Amino acid sequence: MKQFIRYLPLLLLAVTWELAARLELVSNTALPPLSDVILAWVDMIKDGELLTNGASSLYRAGAGLGLSIAIGGVLGITMAWWKPVNVLLAPLVEIFYPLPKSALIPVTVIWLGFGDGSKILLIFLGCMLPVTMGAFNGARSSEQVLVWSARSMGANKLRMLWDVVLPSAMPELLNGIRTALALSFILLVSSELIVAQKGFGFLIGFLGANGSYDAMYAVVLTVAFLGFAADRIYLLILRRTLAWREQTP
Amino acid sequence: MAAPAQIVIDRVSHLYRPPRGREVLALDDVSLEVANREFVALLGPSGCGKSTLLYLIGGFLPVEKGAILIDRNPVAGPGPDRGIVFQHFALFPWKTVRGNILYGLERQGMPKDEREKRAMDFIELVGLHGFEDSYPSQLSGGMRQRTAIARTLAFDPKILLMDEPFGALDAQTRGLMQSELLRIWQRTPKTVIFVTHDVQEAVYLADRVAVMSARPGRIKTIVDTKFDKNDPNIFKAKAFVEKVDELWNLVKDEAIKAQGVRAP
Repeated sequence: MKQFIRYLPLLLLAVTWELAARLELVSNTALPPLSDVILAWVDMIKDGELLTNGASSLYRAGAGLGLSIAIGGVLGITMAWWKPVNVLLAPLVEIFYPLPKSALIPVTVIWLGFGDGSKILLIFLGCMLPVTMGAFNGARSSEQVLVWSARSMGANKLRMLWDVVLPSAMPELLNGIRTALALSFILLVSSELIVAQKGFGFLIGFLGANGSYDAMYAVVLTVAFLGFAADRIYLLILRRTLAWREQTP
Repeated sequence: MAAPAQIVIDRVSHLYRPPRGREVLALDDVSLEVANREFVALLGPSGCGKSTLLYLIGGFLPVEKGAILIDRNPVAGPGPDRGIVFQHFALFPWKTVRGNILYGLERQGMPKDEREKRAMDFIELVGLHGFEDSYPSQLSGGMRQRTAIARTLAFDPKILLMDEPFGALDAQTRGLMQSELLRIWQRTPKTVIFVTHDVQEAVYLADRVAVMSARPGRIKTIVDTKFDKNDPNIFKAKAFVEKVDELWNLVKDEAIKAQGVRAP
């Protein structure tokens, strides 16, 4: 019930949308009625168009994000733990961090072409830095006495990284990954909009160019919903992983 | 001393280099011998280098001048022969009470059944039965410190290093923990080096008290403090009160010096 009340504004928005379009307060090319959008969505599900394009988008986002988590996490922790790595990489991170990653879309296309590769590379590059920064800041905050405790109980240095530094870094690392998750959707759709032959972004651009606005809106809403759902699921995982932190006497 | 010394600290000096600011001579030419199963307190004002000395024995800081020998071998890094208990417990917050205690046993390669049983024994020993699945954030300060002590005792180090372990506890809990530590120590005798700035605590717990002076940290004198620890009225006994007085007078000047207060 509480959840229902919380999302009531969404329902109001939907009703306003439908009425505004039906009463032709706005032009139907700019905003087709929501009911038409839903019908277009059902059609696209039936003929499989949404699913095949969705699958290829999710594959790109998943692969890019997965790579960025694995490599960014390792980079961040090694930067925090080995000075030479930090000296080598810190300036690169500083320069690269504020660059709008969408500026790299043409670059990745020149390198890897129009297919999956260029999208995965772009998402990987864009998502890596928030993960790296999260891992780096988290690992740096690991307490000296915890490191010493583990060492005095017989943990070697590698073991100590895994047993103490990684869990200490976890809260910040997981927040960095959350930022990366949101970024991956942005980069996915923008790169597919510009150069692609399939995927959500491609579909939005293609349908828009052909004037199928109800179908275009259906894809936009699908992407919005998937982004929201991914974030919610991620938050659940995050809360479970950090259960030790949230419990207070 | 009749028994051969287990810990030999021989003319150790240590320079503390803060990331910013000037170097401080934290320890200056400190020598001390501790016998097997002896309980020695390092007593002094904050900033006298007593924790630094403990970290050197623990192998957490490198010995740069002088030597520290454990059973005739020079200290080279941390090791499970020396267990340490810190003032702020240093429990792994992402592990439960049981998980914390199991950690050292896992690192020692103890088989699973054996370490589970041993962990429960030590949870029992420190009176934390029923809290084994709690996270440190769910426990009171005293319970956290009991967990930390159980964790360290469980992997059975020969030497127990304690860095103001009761300093973060309220007075009542501290008193309980002191007698509990003595009870545990009498059941599982170990060599203990106990850092504190609390005079009564030092006299009550230790066999000998090394009084340290501040800046540079030196051992000013070593005082014998053997009493019948099981005497319930020990705190009122004349000899005990006099000993506390004697040590308090030794420490007072140093505490004043450490505060940087000058006589008018």
